[in-house]
Amino acid sequence: MEVGLTHYLVVSSFLFAFGLYAIITRKNAILVLMGVELVLNAANINFVAFSRYGNLGLNGQLIALFVIILAAAEAAIALAIVLNIYKTFGHVNIDEIDNLKE
Amino acid sequence: MTESSLISLAVTILFLPLAGFFTVLIFGKRYKKLYLFEVGIITVSLILSIITGFVKLTSYVNDTIIRQFTWIDFGNVPSIGHLAVKLGVQIDNVTVIMLFVVTLISTLVHYFSIAYMEGDPRFSRYFSYLGIFTFSMLGIVIADNILMIYIFWELVGLSSYLLIGFWYEKKSASDASMKAFLTNRIGDIGMFIGILILFTNYHTFSFQEIFESISNGVVPFGSNGWLTAAGILVFMGAVGKSAQLPLHIWLPDAMEGPTPVSALIHAATMVAAGVYLVARIFPLLTADAFLVIAVVGALTSFFAASIAFTQNDIKKVLAYSTVSQLGYMVMAMGVGAYTFAFFHLVTHAFFKGLMFLGSGSVIHAMHHEQDMRQMGGLKKKMPITYITFLVGTLAISGIPLTSGFLSKDGLLAGSWAFGNLTGHYLIPIIGFTVALMTAFYMFRLIIMTFHGEPRNQHKYDHAHESPKLMTVPLIILASLSIFIFYTPNPMNPEAGWFYNWVQTPQTVVPEEARFNFMKSESAETENEHTILAEDEHHTTENHTKTENEHVVHSEMYNEAMHHVHVPGMILSIILASLGILFAFIIYQWKKIDPDMLAEKLKPLYKLSFNKWYVDEIYSLLFIERLLDLSRFISWFDAKVVDGIVNYSATLTRAFSRVTGWFDTYVVDGLVNFIAFINGFFGLALRKMQTGKVQTYIVYVVFSVIIILLILRPF
Repeated sequence: MEVGLTHYLVVSSFLFAFGLYAIITRKNAILVLMGVELVLNAANINFVAFSRYGNLGLNGQLIALFVIILAAAEAAIALAIVLNIYKTFGHVNIDEIDNLKE
Repeated sequence: MTESSLISLAVTILFLPLAGFFTVLIFGKRYKKLYLFEVGIITVSLILSIITGFVKLTSYVNDTIIRQFTWIDFGNVPSIGHLAVKLGVQIDNVTVIMLFVVTLISTLVHYFSIAYMEGDPRFSRYFSYLGIFTFSMLGIVIADNILMIYIFWELVGLSSYLLIGFWYEKKSASDASMKAFLTNRIGDIGMFIGILILFTNYHTFSFQEIFESISNGVVPFGSNGWLTAAGILVFMGAVGKSAQLPLHIWLPDAMEGPTPVSALIHAATMVAAGVYLVARIFPLLTADAFLVIAVVGALTSFFAASIAFTQNDIKKVLAYSTVSQLGYMVMAMGVGAYTFAFFHLVTHAFFKGLMFLGSGSVIHAMHHEQDMRQMGGLKKKMPITYITFLVGTLAISGIPLTSGFLSKDGLLAGSWAFGNLTGHYLIPIIGFTVALMTAFYMFRLIIMTFHGEPRNQHKYDHAHESPKLMTVPLIILASLSIFIFYTPNPMNPEAGWFYNWVQTPQTVVPEEARFNFMKSESAETENEHTILAEDEHHTTENHTKTENEHVVHSEMYNEAMHHVHVPGMILSIILASLGILFAFIIYQWKKIDPDMLAEKLKPLYKLSFNKWYVDEIYSLLFIERLLDLSRFISWFDAKVVDGIVNYSATLTRAFSRVTGWFDTYVVDGLVNFIAFINGFFGLALRKMQTGKVQTYIVYVVFSVIIILLILRPF
């Protein structure tokens, strides 16, 4: 059986789902960040797959590169935020951080 | 002197006393001597009116000078056309004679009052009131339209009110002033309606223009009846002001005012204004109106004379004699003896002014004693007052050589002629009877006051002749009561200049509304001419027009008057002498005891003494009924009107209670309910707001899924 677009999309869907699951369920902020990375990469797979099978040419792959760079920047900022949270609360358990409620 | 300077002179005469009034009223309290300004200004008025009269009666004796100006211009009024209210001044012979009479008596009264009112706390205010009275009276005299007459008419009423109630601390004086004012008001309502009838139909107030319209055949609302009504209604004003029969009650009470005021206002001038008004509207009176006026005048003169018999207050006798003489004048107007009515007005003004001032002199000497039973024998103490008073009394009784004889004789002859021509003999009979009565009660007055023995020795001892300021006016007025000022022939007034100056105006009412003897013959000839030759119609009309100007009131009437002149004169002399004789028999020689006579004729005496119970009847008929009405209205107010108000208040209260309940339970309930619902949902929704990012993400994801399911983009 030939590997086609569908397979890629299924993989990326699973990746997206797992990422989302991680974002929603994990208590640790770091793990939530990892979930975000998964979601981003799911999107990357989609871009590359459509680039290969669709008629986007190299544009899809280019955007994927952008996303990787963006993810790196996002990780840097997010980690800085997490560090600040740790400094403020003494832990990174986001279950207990519900100041938005106020 | 030109006509326009005559007009300006008249206007100056009019406004001088007004200037005096304001000056003295405003500054009189500060400068005690300021009343002299008013006295001076009225003297100037007198001199100016003498000049005016002289110029008018020499240079313009046949002219009527009228100057008008537009007061209010209404512009173009729908269905009427151009409408403007004009005021103006009219100067004819009657006007200048009245100007002279009013200013002369006013001046004399001013001088008299300086002595009479000495020491009064409101001395200068008294003079300012005299000023406004003179102003308003002169306004009536020179008015050329009925509106101005009405305005000044009311001003005269006001000044009369002020002066009657001058000693307002006395209850009787303030009551009398109100009585005079209110009684006059009743007459004035009629006058006002009459004026309105005339204005509605002719759209002008000017006498001249109204007369012109009537002589062109325009009658109010197209009926002669309305013309009669207008005449009688305007005459009602005269009934009030001249104290004619139903409305005479105020004049005797008006004697509460200072005596010089009684002389000026309530004897000589103001009360004559009614007669003057009748003289002004004379041309528009119809036969019926004439008859009403004559009957009212005749009844008044008899009625008042009968009351004067028994009065003991010297001023009351004079007051009733004034009412009686005014009745004479009105009667004379009614029978068409215009000249003699006006003549009597003038002569009466002088001799009645004289007698009132004379009585003022007596009252002054007796220290404000007015009861004749306390007097007597004053002849020796006050010779000047006595002689002048006697002249006045002779004049009013109609004794030859006096002015009163001339005018009274003329008007009695006029009434007799009227009786001959129309068959209304009752009017001359009453007229002659009153002549007898007048002579009697006037001599009763003079005998009780001046003759015989003093009845009150104490007061008699203190009596003294009045100062010059009081006696000189008496002498002037007494000399004016002599015939020579009016005619060179003491037996025939028609030989005099007065008769030539005051011509009876030509009536303007339609032929069918006149007395038979007033119908003009020229009108008949005109008809004949018209039938004979249509083409000549125009010229004939012109011809008769010019003829009309020369036709006096009525040839037939004049002839009848000439016819009865001599018998009338003889009869009136006999009757006057009889009256005087009776007075002497009863009061001087005491052949008949007056008390016994009174006892014998008790019902008549009581009737006369109590003034025919007119005041009581009015009190019973009108005043009590008015009070009843007021009581009823007060009850209505208290019970019905207040009841309605209170009921509506209760209703409002009940209603507000309902709305209050509605407010607390329904409106507030609704608001609270909404708040409760909001709170309830808030409580429920609060649970969702965890503040945890992950929960929100779950919401977002589910929301997106739901939206996708709903929209189905793929």
